[in-house]
Amino acid sequence: MRIRGGKGLLATAAVLAALAGLDRLLPAALDPYVFQILIYIGINITLAASLNLINGVTGQFSLGHAGFMAVGGYVSAYVTYTWGAGPAGEPPQGLAGELVLLGALLAGGLAAAGAGYLVGMPSLRLKGDYLAIVTLGFGEIIRVLILNIEAVGGARGFSGVPSLAGFSPLRSFFWVFLVAIATVFVSIRLVGSAHGRAMLAVREDEIAAEAMGIDTTRTKVMAFIVGAFFAGIAGGLLGHFLQYLNPSMFTFIKSFEAVIMVVLGGMGSVSGSVLAAVVMTVLPEALRGVKNYMPYGIDPRMVLFSLMLIVLMLTRPTGLLGSREIWDVFRARRRARGEGA
Amino acid sequence: MNTFFQHVLNGITTGSIYALIALGYTMVYGVLKLINFAHGDVFMLGAFMGYYVAHALGLARSPSVPGAVLVMVSSMAICGLFGFLNERAAYRPLRRAPRITSLITAIGVSFFLEYGGQMAFGPDPKFFPQVFPKHNIQVGGVSTTNYQLIVVVVAVALMGGLQWIVYRTRFGKAMRAVSHNFEMASLMGIPTDRVISTTFVLGSALAAAAGCLYGLAYPKIDPLMGIFPGLKAFVAAVLGGIGNVPGAVLGGMVIGVVEEFTVAADPWVWQSIGLHIGRYKDAIVFGILVAILVLRPSGLLGRYEPEKV
Repeated sequence: MRIRGGKGLLATAAVLAALAGLDRLLPAALDPYVFQILIYIGINITLAASLNLINGVTGQFSLGHAGFMAVGGYVSAYVTYTWGAGPAGEPPQGLAGELVLLGALLAGGLAAAGAGYLVGMPSLRLKGDYLAIVTLGFGEIIRVLILNIEAVGGARGFSGVPSLAGFSPLRSFFWVFLVAIATVFVSIRLVGSAHGRAMLAVREDEIAAEAMGIDTTRTKVMAFIVGAFFAGIAGGLLGHFLQYLNPSMFTFIKSFEAVIMVVLGGMGSVSGSVLAAVVMTVLPEALRGVKNYMPYGIDPRMVLFSLMLIVLMLTRPTGLLGSREIWDVFRARRRARGEGA
Repeated sequence: MNTFFQHVLNGITTGSIYALIALGYTMVYGVLKLINFAHGDVFMLGAFMGYYVAHALGLARSPSVPGAVLVMVSSMAICGLFGFLNERAAYRPLRRAPRITSLITAIGVSFFLEYGGQMAFGPDPKFFPQVFPKHNIQVGGVSTTNYQLIVVVVAVALMGGLQWIVYRTRFGKAMRAVSHNFEMASLMGIPTDRVISTTFVLGSALAAAAGCLYGLAYPKIDPLMGIFPGLKAFVAAVLGGIGNVPGAVLGGMVIGVVEEFTVAADPWVWQSIGLHIGRYKDAIVFGILVAILVLRPSGLLGRYEPEKV
């Protein structure tokens, strides 16, 4: 995973070009329904990988991720709505459009990071289940506050959020997967860095970590800030993709979904989170077909989904990958085969 | 002044329902250190079981007091059985796994009950029948119904019964021992598995009772009705000090009364500072929770446990 200098630039350019190319090709080539699921996969990867930094890597039990997502989503949608393509205004074209969009997403991310800082503060004092319920409370407080801000539609929801396509020739796919890849890349690099080692140490044993000279407070708050930042950007992308936001999209059920992805993937495993995000997005959709075999048009999709979740947790209590990464699994298998030959 | 007592009574009615649910949360947390997120949905299940038993007995047409008692007892029995099976099938196999695994399983069970409820009972709201005759009562200028008083009385009686079980019986002693130190209790010959099963049965039966009482006080019931009362009850359990039986009761009452007064103060606050405070009801409940936990992390009645290295 070491990328330096010219090689890194080249790789970045290649990724950008590939994303831009797919961005042109996919909407035409794919069924709109499949394409929409693809976009949700990208957003959920961002969500799971960012929560993995807080819950998986640092071991802080946060149940407020939907709140961060809501803050980011509403702030960035408000920015593009006001300074971009308001009810009457023409969306800025060319590079200006891209800059407004990028600025709006960043503003959303930064606002969410600010919220993450505020929520991270009580984590200095609280642990485990108490932290979980406080973050859940914060998430709900954020939602109730948004519900009462008339400027963004309150309970009716925020309609008229400009679409990504209005700002730049690059559309949803490009932006969503650019952010997803960036989040995964930052996560992997962060876990491998000294900061990441400190986060893992806090997860394993906070007292021992402190005794080794790690500033545990700083580490925990930083995890919240970074995780919330990316969740905020994911919220921004969701709002611009759907061109609509509603506080009911960000209840604690949404936070539960994100936590399920992290635990299902394996706590602290970045690739596990990505894998679980894909599984968790595709599985409910794949179960749609079952409805055809049921009498009276009963839809047992979510019941089957919840049963599968229970069975998965019973059979693989440490998640799909445990604390390993997917390349560790392949490496171990190759080594085993090498010895056998 | 009468309106004041009126609101206090309304708050206590909601609060006693929260308290009954909170007791299940707090007991399970005490013995297993597990937040049983499915508990709010057991409350929903209790309300629906009450609804179906009442209809099967024909109480909607001919209300009677013995019938009402039977409705509540059978709903409690069915949910107690569900609690037993739930623990056996979904939580016991994970006893040795990381705690977060059981938590995700609990969320899975919660989803299963919500969506399964929508499938089995239908997603539309149903109306809980009036299982015994309803009267209006005037107590010193406060107008109320016999339903509201019965909700409070039954809830308090059940809480008293639980208090007796936990602090005065052999089983209660075993339960407190398990909650104090699981491994040590099992070394002392306490059948921990049986204690945990019984705890689940008791908690689920109390949630079912809360569901039936809720159906009496607020007759509209639907498969998703357990989500928010469940969450509020959990907040109540944490507020009072999780794992602490009187704490859960106190927490439930505090939350019920605070909610009631937030809504009651709405017109007055709107006139004086132009803010619809009633709409911030949920935010205020959680705000209190955050404040309590930051200032007194072990809850109102919880014991402070210094961390051992």
